[in-house]
Amino acid sequence: MVYIYAFLAFALIALILAAIYKPLGDYMYNVFTSDKDLFFEKWIYKIIGVDSKKGQTWKAYLRGVLGFSLMSVLFLYLLQRIQHWLPFNMGFDNVPGPLAFNTAASFVTNTNWQSYSPDVTLGYTVQFAGLAVQNFVSAAVGIAVAIALVRGFAWRKSETIGNFWVDLTRATMRLLMPIAIVMGIILIALGVTQNFADWIHVTTIAGNEQTIMQGPVASQEVIKELGTNGGGFFNANSSHPYENPNMWTNLIEILLMLCIPVALTRTTGRMVGNIKQGYALLGAMVVLFGISFLCVVTAESFSSDPITNLTGGSMEGKENRFGIVWSGLFGTTSTSTSTGAVNSMHDSYTALGGMMYMLNMMLGEVSPGGVGAGLYGILVMAIVTVFIAGLMVGRTPEYLGKKIGPREMKMASLYFLVMPITVVAGVALSFAVPFARQSIFDTSLNNSGNHGFSEVVYAFTSAANNNGSAFAGITADTPWLDTMLGLAVLLGRFLPIALVIALAGSLAKQDIVPETSGTMKTDNRLFVFLLVFVIFIISALTFFPTLALGPLAEGLEGLVA
Amino acid sequence: MSAVMSNAETNDVIKDVKKSNNKSLGEMLIKSLPDAFRKFDPRNMWHNPVMFIVWVGAAFLTLLGIAQLFDPAELSQGEPVFFTWIVAVVLWLTVLFANLAEAVAEGRGKAQADALRKTRTTTPARVVVGYDEQNDPDARGPEKGIGSATIQEIPSSDLKQGDVVVVSEGELIPGDGDIISGIASVDESAITGESAPVIRESGGDRSAVTGGTRVLSDRIVVRITQKPGESFVDKMIALVEGANRQKTPNEIALDVLLSSLTIIFLVVVLCINPQASSVDSSVSLTVLIALLVCLIPTTIGALLSAIGIAGMDRLVQRNVLATSGRAIEAAGDVTTLLLDKTGTITYGNRQASEFHALPGVSHDEIVKAAALSSLADSTPEGQSIVALAKEDGFNVQDVPGSTAVAFTAETRMSGLDLPNGDRIRKGATSAVEAWIEKEGGVMSTEVRDALHDRVASISGQGGTPLVVAEQYANGEAKVLGVVQLKDVVKKGLRERFEDMRKMGIRTVMVTGDNPLTAAAIAKEAGVDDFIAEAKPEDKLAYIKKEQAKGQLVAMTGDGTNDAPALAQSDVGVAMNSGTSAAKEAGNMVDLDSDPTKLIDIVEIGKQLLITRGALTTFSIANDIAKYFAIIPAMFMMQFPGLGVLNIMGLHSPLSAVLSAIIFNAIIIVMLIPLALKGVKYRAEASEKILGRNLSIYGLGGIIAPFIGIWIIDLFVRLIPGF
Repeated sequence: MVYIYAFLAFALIALILAAIYKPLGDYMYNVFTSDKDLFFEKWIYKIIGVDSKKGQTWKAYLRGVLGFSLMSVLFLYLLQRIQHWLPFNMGFDNVPGPLAFNTAASFVTNTNWQSYSPDVTLGYTVQFAGLAVQNFVSAAVGIAVAIALVRGFAWRKSETIGNFWVDLTRATMRLLMPIAIVMGIILIALGVTQNFADWIHVTTIAGNEQTIMQGPVASQEVIKELGTNGGGFFNANSSHPYENPNMWTNLIEILLMLCIPVALTRTTGRMVGNIKQGYALLGAMVVLFGISFLCVVTAESFSSDPITNLTGGSMEGKENRFGIVWSGLFGTTSTSTSTGAVNSMHDSYTALGGMMYMLNMMLGEVSPGGVGAGLYGILVMAIVTVFIAGLMVGRTPEYLGKKIGPREMKMASLYFLVMPITVVAGVALSFAVPFARQSIFDTSLNNSGNHGFSEVVYAFTSAANNNGSAFAGITADTPWLDTMLGLAVLLGRFLPIALVIALAGSLAKQDIVPETSGTMKTDNRLFVFLLVFVIFIISALTFFPTLALGPLAEGLEGLVA
Repeated sequence: MSAVMSNAETNDVIKDVKKSNNKSLGEMLIKSLPDAFRKFDPRNMWHNPVMFIVWVGAAFLTLLGIAQLFDPAELSQGEPVFFTWIVAVVLWLTVLFANLAEAVAEGRGKAQADALRKTRTTTPARVVVGYDEQNDPDARGPEKGIGSATIQEIPSSDLKQGDVVVVSEGELIPGDGDIISGIASVDESAITGESAPVIRESGGDRSAVTGGTRVLSDRIVVRITQKPGESFVDKMIALVEGANRQKTPNEIALDVLLSSLTIIFLVVVLCINPQASSVDSSVSLTVLIALLVCLIPTTIGALLSAIGIAGMDRLVQRNVLATSGRAIEAAGDVTTLLLDKTGTITYGNRQASEFHALPGVSHDEIVKAAALSSLADSTPEGQSIVALAKEDGFNVQDVPGSTAVAFTAETRMSGLDLPNGDRIRKGATSAVEAWIEKEGGVMSTEVRDALHDRVASISGQGGTPLVVAEQYANGEAKVLGVVQLKDVVKKGLRERFEDMRKMGIRTVMVTGDNPLTAAAIAKEAGVDDFIAEAKPEDKLAYIKKEQAKGQLVAMTGDGTNDAPALAQSDVGVAMNSGTSAAKEAGNMVDLDSDPTKLIDIVEIGKQLLITRGALTTFSIANDIAKYFAIIPAMFMMQFPGLGVLNIMGLHSPLSAVLSAIIFNAIIIVMLIPLALKGVKYRAEASEKILGRNLSIYGLGGIIAPFIGIWIIDLFVRLIPGF
């Protein structure tokens, strides 16, 4: 039964996305290929002193990305540090330095790992003018980088890969803003809170005093999902009734997370002149997503514990208004897209169900991944796939008409080195360095054994992939984890971006090799299968020993018994 | 030095070489063992990061094994001491097998190099000092005592570029150069293995001679074009030996990928024990190193250089020398083939295929006239006319007293003057028409139109029209008809071009014919495009145009004026019979001077890349099974749940680990023949090739180790203690 329900839910999402796919993908294609600036954009370029008609070399583009991100970190840090003197601070004091830095880095990298507890740290101004703004621009940065890489494939013999400032402005102003405004209003209509009201103090039936927070939730909620950011207005994130009150908002939020990453494959296809190339990438994303979702539903519905099964599956940590299927769909979406929003507590999932969420991230978040980040992630994996299998057609490998030579391979290989090494080494160091080990065991972990280990693995996986969701149950606000996770967040964001932009530069310089019947086809089912296989073997298998010690050891125990 | 080999000896050596390549694998492996052991030198291993890791692991386990002998209780980590030893031995064997693969591949080249080296012996060279090109091009002066030039005998090793030498019958040519005077038959069997002598002469496209070959007749003057120590044979030796073998771009890129995978797995393995410590578990160093060796791509790492060397060797086997491995890779990528019509697409000669009489002329008349006029014509075209006439039943006999009129560039006709005063002429339309007019003949409009129609239709079919006319003794001159000469397309080429098309390669025919004729032959041969009335500049322009579209172009050439096009093309195959300039410009030389071989070269390039890809895929796909063998083995004792992952049902943790690394080592040896021979290649569309290779090497790569490890485990479990 549950499978029929799961299938229908999956099909519903797929159908709606299918309807959006073409218009949104084509719209983004127009946004990033049009040579006309809108009037307010001209105004913006004038202020920041950018010649929108001038392309940038990959180095200049990269300087733009890094410079802008650094500025954003500083601004956000400062804003939190002077919160006390800002209006609408809801009485909160200035945020302490380390925490402010952690939060700034986390939001600028599109991670939205929340070491702070929103309910007791941030007032409306920082949330609205600081975090919400970053939710827009950090997403726009990801899209810009992805578009730059696609240009590397689409353009021939070009020294430039586009203009970062133009891409950033257009992604924000023409793409994210309009959708956010429209969908924000719809969310409000469906019951998501949006006000600047004071908090409400009530006495509950049991006689306790309770403070009910208010605030501009919907405006942040919409971009939190649309920009695959994930940082909730409330600590409870999307399981909070003000953020995600009902099935309709739940459905909309899932769609918001998926729409841009999915439709970007169409944009890619349009830009390289073959929409089927986009379908192939999308195909691999759908396969990975579908399998993962199926596994979660299975793990949660058929527990090895007979009592849980009698109650209809593992419902611990899940909202009754969403149930297993819609929690699983939301969780799969959130961890597959680098969003990190949660409408259920991932730590409470069965070991194997929770493992699937980890795996979604461990695959490099490519199914379909964060806005932009997912696309460039899967393009890099496509390059690796073409390199491994492409030789078997008797030609040196090429993807989308560009030769994959030593330089391209260097970038691609370093790209797929970063994340697994950050995660595995981070986890290992946490247990190998004596003081870290002590901090982990004494402060951070409440669970011992395999499950506690899984929580640490999840934290590093989430940070290095800029996901931001947490396997709750771990106390992350310790000097060790704050530092290491902060480091992982920065490494996991900017090293890959630098490599991708360099890759775009070297691809753009090449001429396009015309496709012949001797060319390896990258727009058919065989390639989708290969891509899935390579992503699985290169990314997931790396984590096999780690997963064996964590969720596998815990989850398979029950199967044996 | 007089130790110059005779031709017979050289041929023997070459036969030996070819024989040695057919030796059984076992023999080759044993013969290459000493070389394989020599490669254990860490300075050598360093160049192969993947195998270097195995080397380090083996060395470390050997030390650990020794240490365990002294303090078994502390160091053995609960495993029997001999376990470390066995694992160490298997790892050493893994390295040995990898070295063996390379040594075997190199060994084949070495034998070839030895044979070549014997031709490179020093011979005396007779240098003309003060060579006077103007007055004494033949350099006869010194011998006859005329002029100021003298002849000086120096060892060939002292020859400089630009020296002029004289070589006479029976002597060895002392160095590479171009003939500047004279003609000679030369025995080039030392480098080509072909015993039939070839003609080399000054001035044409066949002026290049190679040092170490022997002049069989006549006397030539040669200007040396090589620098000392950089002769063609020197280059050949370096090539077949792989002495300065440089990694190709694709090999470098693959190395990057393999190194990255190695780094990832190294980090993963290093991090296992710290992670395991969180759940109070730990894994022995021996097992960790075994896991690492299993995970890093040792199969392809071990065979990669052997694949490259073997690819080069396959070219050498077909008498093609590539100046770099890069050229072979480029050959696999070629998308446009420029093929000379004559000799490649058609047989060198045209054949008469039909007689066409004009209105008012009987068939017999034209046949008889054409045959008669061709009797004295020794060209293949002429002979084919006589032969065709014979088929028609005209067995013409030579008429005594007649005079043959030879073809001249001026008249552009040949013919026969009969004793009775009749004159028969045959030639190109315009030439014959001009002749008729000059002789006062008048052609009616009807005849003229018929002639022109006929000529156009023959040209349109790719034939060459040969107009036959006769002036009778009474002075009346008229056109009799037209002989249709036809280019004969080589058998099987059409299918071959069809295959090329499936592989995504466009074939372009280059010909001096007019566009009409060219189009017809192109259609008959099934090429995709043609360049008619081609001059060398046209070739160059065409290549540039194709390259601007992103195509990779391959071509063959021999003349000096082909050199720019050869240099411009991505794969330029120079004919060995060609000039030195052409040979310098190309990146391959075909010793047999067979332009058709271009197609083989492309296939060899593709086969090399496919083999590399297939073994890479196989190697990486193997990891799945190895993980399933070793991961449960590492933690099953503590976490029984992980026993579920032991899907092969391996006997014990120790036997699982050992079986996995034994499989890992054995698979290298088993794949050596494949690496040397190359994956079977068929000309097909990319999807078909990919689909088939994926099911063999991808799917096979996943399944084979599951079965292999399971079988090995059945034996390993019999060892006491496992």
